[in-house]
Amino acid sequence: MAVPLLSIRNLTVQFRVDTGWVTAIDDVSLDVGTGDCVGVVGESGSGKSVTALSVLQLHDRVTTRMPSGSILYQGDDLLRAKGSTMRRIRGSEIAMIFQDPMSSLNPVLTVADQISETLRQHQGLTGAAARKRVIELLGLVRIPDAARRADDYPHRLSGGMRQRVMIAMAIACKPRLLIADEPTTALDVTIQAQILELLRDLRRELSMSVMLISHDLGVIAEFAQRVVVMYAGRVVEDAPVTQLFRRPVHPYTMGLIAAVPALDSDAPRLTTIAGRIPGPQEIIPGCRFSPRCALVLQGCREEPPSMQMVSDGQSARCPPRIQVLDVRHV
Amino acid sequence: MPVILIISILAFLLLSLLPGDPAMIIAGDQASPAAIEQVRRQLGLDRSFLEQLGIWLFNLARGNFGSSLILNQSVLSAVGERLPVTLSLAALSIGFTIPVGVFLGSLAAYFRRTWIDSAVMTVALLGVSIPAFWIAILGVILFSVQLGWVPSSGFAPISQGVGRWFASMALPALILSLFQIGFLARMTRSAMLDVLSQDYIRTARAKGLSEWRTVGKHALRNALILIITATGILLSAAIGGSVIIEQVFALPGIGRMVVQAIMARDYPLVQGTMLILGFTFVMINLIVDILYTLADPRVRHD
Repeated sequence: MAVPLLSIRNLTVQFRVDTGWVTAIDDVSLDVGTGDCVGVVGESGSGKSVTALSVLQLHDRVTTRMPSGSILYQGDDLLRAKGSTMRRIRGSEIAMIFQDPMSSLNPVLTVADQISETLRQHQGLTGAAARKRVIELLGLVRIPDAARRADDYPHRLSGGMRQRVMIAMAIACKPRLLIADEPTTALDVTIQAQILELLRDLRRELSMSVMLISHDLGVIAEFAQRVVVMYAGRVVEDAPVTQLFRRPVHPYTMGLIAAVPALDSDAPRLTTIAGRIPGPQEIIPGCRFSPRCALVLQGCREEPPSMQMVSDGQSARCPPRIQVLDVRHV
Repeated sequence: MPVILIISILAFLLLSLLPGDPAMIIAGDQASPAAIEQVRRQLGLDRSFLEQLGIWLFNLARGNFGSSLILNQSVLSAVGERLPVTLSLAALSIGFTIPVGVFLGSLAAYFRRTWIDSAVMTVALLGVSIPAFWIAILGVILFSVQLGWVPSSGFAPISQGVGRWFASMALPALILSLFQIGFLARMTRSAMLDVLSQDYIRTARAKGLSEWRTVGKHALRNALILIITATGILLSAAIGGSVIIEQVFALPGIGRMVVQAIMARDYPLVQGTMLILGFTFVMINLIVDILYTLADPRVRHD
């Protein structure tokens, strides 16, 4: 098997709090192959953004540590890379867009300033050449009247426009991997669809791999080929998208899918998963989902479950369910 | 303009409310009641309060600030001679303050909660806490008496050469800037702490920019808004603080003059000086407001 473009192996990330270190994500592994689009889904607090930020090591260095695991990019461990290597990779090999386009652009620099900075940093492009490329990029993300918009400050642009600027900045150096951390969450529904459409087209045109973080299963279903489901800092299921929706294995995944409201349903109440996600400081023995699980067994509360292969390409962190499914399918 | 009018009325009122009869002081201890009365008439102090105010404002409107009672020259020329000394002292000290204060504050914010942060904040606390007159005297003992680097007091105008001027101003300006550096470092630190936690700083890092560019360009440009405000306050405070420093170093500035004028109940000189200083503060604030629009595109109207 070829080396995946990005391979996160058994990654643990801890944050410093007043009382010590709490584990935000624990033993997270996932792969993004060349040309793949992998969706990472989970509730707020499930650790999906923490995972995404870890790839480029954008966490606050003082309050964060990664005591174990590795992040292999084309086989090289980024966690052991030098600062200068990391800087070369950031923005040119791996680019990232963020959830809130309102606050992710620097308010005192023009759009052109902010995009051309990336071009200067990685391609040595300055002056007229950089400006030409900036306008080209703004056109590529379908910003009308690009030449004039280039000299605007972010506060003059709408949320959707700002996210387009963020995307233009991210694709400026034709990265091989784009990490999109909830790129549409802060936007109107109609704008969401446009931005996703744009990302899809750009992905094809630039043949980028994409790691898409979202809490919205609908977005994931539309966009991703593989889905990684996270819960309380752990990966609970990892499967091809069609497989995940056809036969979810982990009870949490089942709950998530059931919670998506169907348009043709007359149900007076939306389906939910009872309870709430535990905080990183809460100690839950055994499976971290067990307090909310409808299918919980006695053993679930004792032994922390491990990831197990269900079938080709699908694995989950729920041995009892896998056993049940095996019996049925034999 | 309304501000300047209010300042001029306040300058008038403040002194009228002070105890003591200027006519008596000016005429001297041994003066006869008739002589005192004559001085009083000369100064217009025998008129009603409102008349005095009216005359004061009428003269001001014509650019007539009156004449000093003790200096034998017009208020305008007395202030005009000394204002450059005070302003250059304030400007020089601000010139020391801005680079050092901003650098120290940024350093502390970047290395927050480490020993570097603690060290910078301790120095800043000392800077704002140590009385200027005390450190001024220590400074004279060290740099003038012991090391002999700079004269202990006195002023050399810039016309006698930049080197001599700088030698006479460097120590007073440095001492004046100690408080300011402490103040500005603390302001910069809190502004930078806020800015460094913003999303766009993460974006800058995600682009692959160096830490130097991330902090020096993206963060500092945003913290500048607060730093400009702090600098405006400091410049005003520096002019006020120069009163003490000018005393210690015998610099012929506004501060020293106004102290003498108050001692001698030189009404016109005190009022005129207050007015001109008030006008200077208004101008400083105006410049600060203009600088805002340069630093922050969001307050620009276009």
